[in-house]
Amino acid sequence: MNEEGLIFEREVPEGGCLPLPGDEATDALAESLLAGVALRAQPAPLPDVPEWEVVRHFTRLSQRNWGVDTGFYPLGSCTMKHNPRVNEVAARLPGLARVHPDQHPAQVQGMLRLLKTLEEALAEISGMDAVTLQPPAGAQGELTALLCFQAYHRSRGDLGRTRIIVPDSSHGTNPASAARCGMTVQTIQSNAQGLTDLSALDAALDDTVAGFMLTNPNTLGVFEPQVEEVCRRVHGAGGLVYCDGANMNALVGVARPGDMGFDALHFNVHKTFSTPHGGGGPGAGPVAVKRHLEAFLPVPRIVEGADGMLRLDSEYPQSIGKVHSFSGNIGPLVRAYAYIVNHGPLGLREVTERAVLNANYLLSRVREAYDLPYASPPMHEFVLSADRQKALGCRGLDVAKRLLDYGFHAPTVYFPLIVSEALMIEPTETETKRSLDAFADALLAIARECEEQPDLVKEAPHRAYAARLDEVLAARRLDLRYEPEEEG
Amino acid sequence: MSLATPRDADGRAMLGVLGLGSAAELFDQVPESIRLSGALSLPGPLSEPELLAHLEELAERDLHSGKAPCFAGGGIYDHYSPAAVDYLIQRGEFLTAYTSYQPEMSQGFLTAMYEFQTLVSRLYGLDVSNTSLYDAGTGLAEAALLAYEKTRRDRIVAANAINPRYLECLRTVLGPETSSDLVEIPPKGGLTDLQALEAALDDSVACVIVQQPSALGTIENLPAVVEAARRVGAKVVVCADPIAMGILQPPGEAGADIAVGEGQPLGLPMSYGGPLLGLLATTKDFVRILPGRVVGATVDRNGKRGYVLTLQTREQHIRREKATSNICTNQGLCALAATIHLCLMGPRGLRRVASLCVTQSHRLRAGLEGTAFRPLYKAPFFREFAVESPLPVEELQQRMGEAGFIVGSDISALTGVENSLLLAATESRTDAQIDAFVSALKGVA
Amino acid sequence: MAYPSELKYTEEHEWVKVDGDTVTVGITSYAAEELGDIVFVDMPGAGATVAKGDTFGTIESVKTVADLFAPVSGEIVAVNEALEDTPETVGEDPYGAGWIIKIKMSDPADLDALLSSEDYAAKL
Repeated sequence: MNEEGLIFEREVPEGGCLPLPGDEATDALAESLLAGVALRAQPAPLPDVPEWEVVRHFTRLSQRNWGVDTGFYPLGSCTMKHNPRVNEVAARLPGLARVHPDQHPAQVQGMLRLLKTLEEALAEISGMDAVTLQPPAGAQGELTALLCFQAYHRSRGDLGRTRIIVPDSSHGTNPASAARCGMTVQTIQSNAQGLTDLSALDAALDDTVAGFMLTNPNTLGVFEPQVEEVCRRVHGAGGLVYCDGANMNALVGVARPGDMGFDALHFNVHKTFSTPHGGGGPGAGPVAVKRHLEAFLPVPRIVEGADGMLRLDSEYPQSIGKVHSFSGNIGPLVRAYAYIVNHGPLGLREVTERAVLNANYLLSRVREAYDLPYASPPMHEFVLSADRQKALGCRGLDVAKRLLDYGFHAPTVYFPLIVSEALMIEPTETETKRSLDAFADALLAIARECEEQPDLVKEAPHRAYAARLDEVLAARRLDLRYEPEEEG
Repeated sequence: MSLATPRDADGRAMLGVLGLGSAAELFDQVPESIRLSGALSLPGPLSEPELLAHLEELAERDLHSGKAPCFAGGGIYDHYSPAAVDYLIQRGEFLTAYTSYQPEMSQGFLTAMYEFQTLVSRLYGLDVSNTSLYDAGTGLAEAALLAYEKTRRDRIVAANAINPRYLECLRTVLGPETSSDLVEIPPKGGLTDLQALEAALDDSVACVIVQQPSALGTIENLPAVVEAARRVGAKVVVCADPIAMGILQPPGEAGADIAVGEGQPLGLPMSYGGPLLGLLATTKDFVRILPGRVVGATVDRNGKRGYVLTLQTREQHIRREKATSNICTNQGLCALAATIHLCLMGPRGLRRVASLCVTQSHRLRAGLEGTAFRPLYKAPFFREFAVESPLPVEELQQRMGEAGFIVGSDISALTGVENSLLLAATESRTDAQIDAFVSALKGVA
Repeated sequence: MAYPSELKYTEEHEWVKVDGDTVTVGITSYAAEELGDIVFVDMPGAGATVAKGDTFGTIESVKTVADLFAPVSGEIVAVNEALEDTPETVGEDPYGAGWIIKIKMSDPADLDALLSSEDYAAKL
């Protein structure tokens, strides 16, 4: 494929199409109105490019990018499922997209009703009592819940609880979020099945523990069968239990974290409720909590008056404060609402079933060719190890890169950390049997290539948008912005 | 609850291969005690046309800027974005991609994010940028933590009127134990009180934060703030509006160390305040401790130019509790929209938007002369200004809404003047709309 | 893999070369191999004091980061500034041009706890 340069290389001095009214006199008037103010010495150094060149450039860039719309995207833990386009229409309705957050509540009753109903739906799905929609991402949801944990202990005069326990299989955001709250992190080893080791947990529990963070199903894609006992023991020691809801798409309509004993969880609406990942955001990370944590949720909250009028209320003295400038990532939340209402309760359950069925079927097709270090039946995803292939000279990363040549995105690699040469595969409910079979055939073919022609795998990809990129060079010689070459 | 067997041939075939009689058996490892026994109580299902009809009904309850010209500001503005922006960001290859973990499959997004970093650092006149944060509020918190990390000092001084919501985000991250270390200097005449600022500064101050234009709409004397901070070795964080960068001196030129900003005016709808776009640019000194994703240029095996995520050892997936931030992703699609928006604007277009913000807001202010709406400050302003309303702000909002205009909320806590609010006019407000708005204001008081 | 016999070693894979009351510190070829392509070495400035066992810096490859521990107590009298531009030297010449810091010891008895090359090799 031809190289597509940078927009800065398409510049045509004074070639841009000004999309706005006014003329030079407007600029001169503005300057005179700001007499005495320090102005820019030169116009902002933006590229001067006609609209058609901008459209071509970004169209061509899009053609050098892979999305769920392009094909299978089995990125484990990320839930790359189809993003229904009706949700895009919904989010762009003027009454939802063109409202200002400071409007009088009477002028945004439609928006507030939608958000309130979404809060109620998320509480029902998770088995919790109260929901905040404010955290703009899953990691911010974790931070929000942990701040609530801290505030809860403090409110009870229980001031010595400064530690958070996480399993060694946890997402990196868990310890990072705990550290951001100023808490110390203790990592405990998983047991031989990759599950929470109850004796290791017991050993870590004491009156300095603020909480335990658990992903369920865990990052191996396995449901923690002793989750009720885990919650009981943490509660017994005076701690709280957090559910990292990254894998809620394996549970919706089947089981609820609130019923398992968790005190709080975050949703990733871009995973569970199909809002587009957008190349890394915007997502949203609503947090659902049990009644004893409600007083600490971020403000403002949406409250309903006796007259049925909804409004924003910040009068919660025990609140942790704000975790977003306004009320959160409303656009993705509107899409999540549309997805939930479109599917209804039984439809959502069917989605869960199909996601789990697809994962189990795909695993059955490939498990002979790769190692499966933790053999419990998976829920919505599973983690293979490429140790067998590594012994032949091909690492997990090489297998992942070779998959690109077969027309698939790679799985998540090297996570969770407790699996060496991990290949974490999540097919989601989006894939048909035909596409699962094609992917399985590719994985089997690559396993053979590792034996017969390992160099082909090690040098992959051969047919992607670029050959293998030199990440070492990028990190050694930092080049983070375009600089035009000096003329002459 | 009896579970539905998959309704399609694929599902039945896969169950057959696995030797299962029903999908329910897939959940055998979930203990009976915690399995749901009935259906969830949720709205729906609604078919696609029913869903849209339902959403349209909800949306129509709202007063929106398409039918009522918006004069609200305070961090979210009604700017115009060229049609090509929303068209391009809806291309499925962008919309439905994830973070560019496999660079060979993500050159499109990575290239655009490298362009984004270039544009943001140029806009602010600083060396480097990341691929975005959530919003200005959490961005301000990240910037303060950068200053803490670099200086190992423990106080923060807010030099002027900062958007109170941003300060609340900062306080949340600092936590109740350290929030007392945030010192706020009340503005004087709408601007930084330089004497009070200097009195508050000593060598325990990690950074001075200043917002440009301020949360009162006024334009600050940045070099004076920078000079005061330099004297005690404090870093300077400027929360700067990106549109204002079309005409005002950028933070880097004024000598600031870190700029953050709200990118919503760069092609994002108001959308009731989200999703937003946190901009962050800084000097090379901070590059190793930047929060968030960073894209770098490199070459592929064939020596061709390409882009990858770099500096990853700062991040949570590698450094876990020692990471520079817990942030996992960015606001990718919003950053892409801003990139395309800035490219379509170009240097003269951005200047024109900025010029129109100045001319239209000044037209509005001139129109208020002799009315009961009294501007609070004489200081120069960019796109919005504070006024005292003769009637309670909520009542004003309602009555102006009935007249077909959107006005913003009460800022009395910020100004210390009862019934005060901000009035904003962007390039989207025509002369006729402004004149009609002024007439309507005269009609209510 | 051979480990120069004239050097002393720590269990954290650092080597120490003694020259009077000053030691030069680097990482072993084993550690360099394990890290892979080294992209950055974060070092303190000269003049800082360190206590034995303290983390004095970090060393990074693309996807890992390892702490560097002071093998002895004392004052850092030199850092290898060439590593700022060419961190790969640590991997290419770990016992020579890839040295990291020099420490002027405050207590030469710290050396007694270090390992010989045979003992280090045996621990791997």
